[in-house]
Amino acid sequence: MGSKRSNGKLKSYDNMGYLFVLPFVVVFLIFSVYPVLRTLYFSFTDVKIAGLGNENWVWFAQYKRVITDKFFWRSLLNTVRIWGVNIVLQLGLAFLLTVIFSDIKYKIKGLAVFRIVYYLPNLIAATSIAFLFNTLLDWRFGTFNQIIASVYKLFGQTYNPVNWLGDSATAGNVIAIISAWMWFGNSFLMLMAGVQGISRDYFEAAAIDGAGRWTVFGKITLPLLKPILMYVAITSLIGGLQMFDLPYLMSAPTSSSYDSVYTSVMYLYKFGFTTGTTQTGYAAAIAYIIFIIILAVSLVQLKIFNRKED
Amino acid sequence: MNIGFKIKKALLYVFLILLGIICMLPFLLMMVNATRSGSEIVTSFTLIPSTHLKENWDQVFKYFNLFKGMWNSVKVAVPATLLSIYFSAMTAYGLAMYKFKGNKLLFTTILVFMMIPGQLGLIGFYNLCTRLHIVNTYIPLILPGIAATGTVFFLRQYVLSVMPPSLIEAARMDGAGEFYIFHRIAIPIMSPGLATMGIMGFIGSWNAYLMPMIVLSKNEKFTLPVMMATLRASTDINSNQGAIYLSVAISVIPILLVFAFFSKYIISSISAGAVKE
Repeated sequence: MGSKRSNGKLKSYDNMGYLFVLPFVVVFLIFSVYPVLRTLYFSFTDVKIAGLGNENWVWFAQYKRVITDKFFWRSLLNTVRIWGVNIVLQLGLAFLLTVIFSDIKYKIKGLAVFRIVYYLPNLIAATSIAFLFNTLLDWRFGTFNQIIASVYKLFGQTYNPVNWLGDSATAGNVIAIISAWMWFGNSFLMLMAGVQGISRDYFEAAAIDGAGRWTVFGKITLPLLKPILMYVAITSLIGGLQMFDLPYLMSAPTSSSYDSVYTSVMYLYKFGFTTGTTQTGYAAAIAYIIFIIILAVSLVQLKIFNRKED
Repeated sequence: MNIGFKIKKALLYVFLILLGIICMLPFLLMMVNATRSGSEIVTSFTLIPSTHLKENWDQVFKYFNLFKGMWNSVKVAVPATLLSIYFSAMTAYGLAMYKFKGNKLLFTTILVFMMIPGQLGLIGFYNLCTRLHIVNTYIPLILPGIAATGTVFFLRQYVLSVMPPSLIEAARMDGAGEFYIFHRIAIPIMSPGLATMGIMGFIGSWNAYLMPMIVLSKNEKFTLPVMMATLRASTDINSNQGAIYLSVAISVIPILLVFAFFSKYIISSISAGAVKE
């Protein structure tokens, strides 16, 4: 590193970097690194409730239990399914909007207003969104089914109300769509900030050279957008596999759709923090298995991004 | 060709506006339904407000004090955001501009921790809080903002793309100190990126549910989302949809007001160069 900087004066500046990163490192060690290691320790013990009673070192027994727990795999399948539908909609829409708004020929106006409107759902807490849609989608009295029924009526048909959140055929997809509705504006904002970070000189130079719209997009916009795109993709994945708020608040353990929407983190929460079912050691092992899966998928994603570079 | 172009452009606008309506409609229905009685809501839908706001209001506030929840959320989200953007900018700048020993190791660690789901440390985090006796305080919700790995990563990429190292060299020639350069040159240049991350951070903190739910167990400490989630348990309110809509509406309004101010700032900073025409 810094092979060109043999000059002693410059090197003394470089050591100033330690001061800049020091506060981060201290807080990071206490509130990020320690908890992760502490959880790792718990995952090798049979501790029921941390701090109460004694804990025995059980090696990989908790991990074996997770791997053979079909309810855990079910939760993972649910999470991946909801996330998959969500991410296709969310990133697809965000990317499409970025293409539309950065198009050099159409020169679409009103970005400032559209951006606020698209971003609006993302402002709202998932808890509020959950209760809003729980109520709107109520199958007997909800406004959503009333609207559909009146459209059916318009064509002389009778609408058989769908129990959107109570039916296991629809509940997962409904949660995925609401999640995409919440997040596409956020992704769009990130991508658009990236486009606007690109110097206008590039576009003007390309225009002078007579480059076509798609050439500009493929040769300038897309490559320069790549770091941001990578960031958005990775954070969406990590966020998606941690899905908790919406499915947790939009499903009831008593509902018949529960088996198809409970996510891995909901499963972790059950053993980590729910009174009566707390098994700290087991929850810690679940957390690590989820992590290993996310890590594997993230590494594949990084590989794919880096390969395209060559 | 020219007409085809115009039709295509018009269709694009129609698409964009439809998408906008989809984003707004649930909130519009929420506002309208908040003024209607439970029995009105279950019989039909409309976009015309009714006259039952007062009854719904009384029922909501008999159950919980949403304003208290809002104030608690302010006390968490504002300091958490300020700490997060300032220290993330500092860390990002340090990582991007100084080639100290261990720089690469730290950056790799940050990348690794970005891939670590927050839930991984959740159990250890709660255990740490109980041992430090900071459960039911806001410290565990505020202080970790200083170590926001995602924000640091984004700002490091950002500062590398917007800040030429020659600028720093020039400032050093003029005798400026390192922190002076950071505060007076780097922060202003980074401000569009800081605004974006600040907004994200604030909203993330304001809307957080899982972490506050775990750390806080006393009602009077509940942040807005945790308080909202207790709606689940209230059969009283659940029997009147109007009261639920009103609760949601009240919980939504403050952040809309905040955004009304912030969005102007965002528009003028992020898009200053790009949407002049």
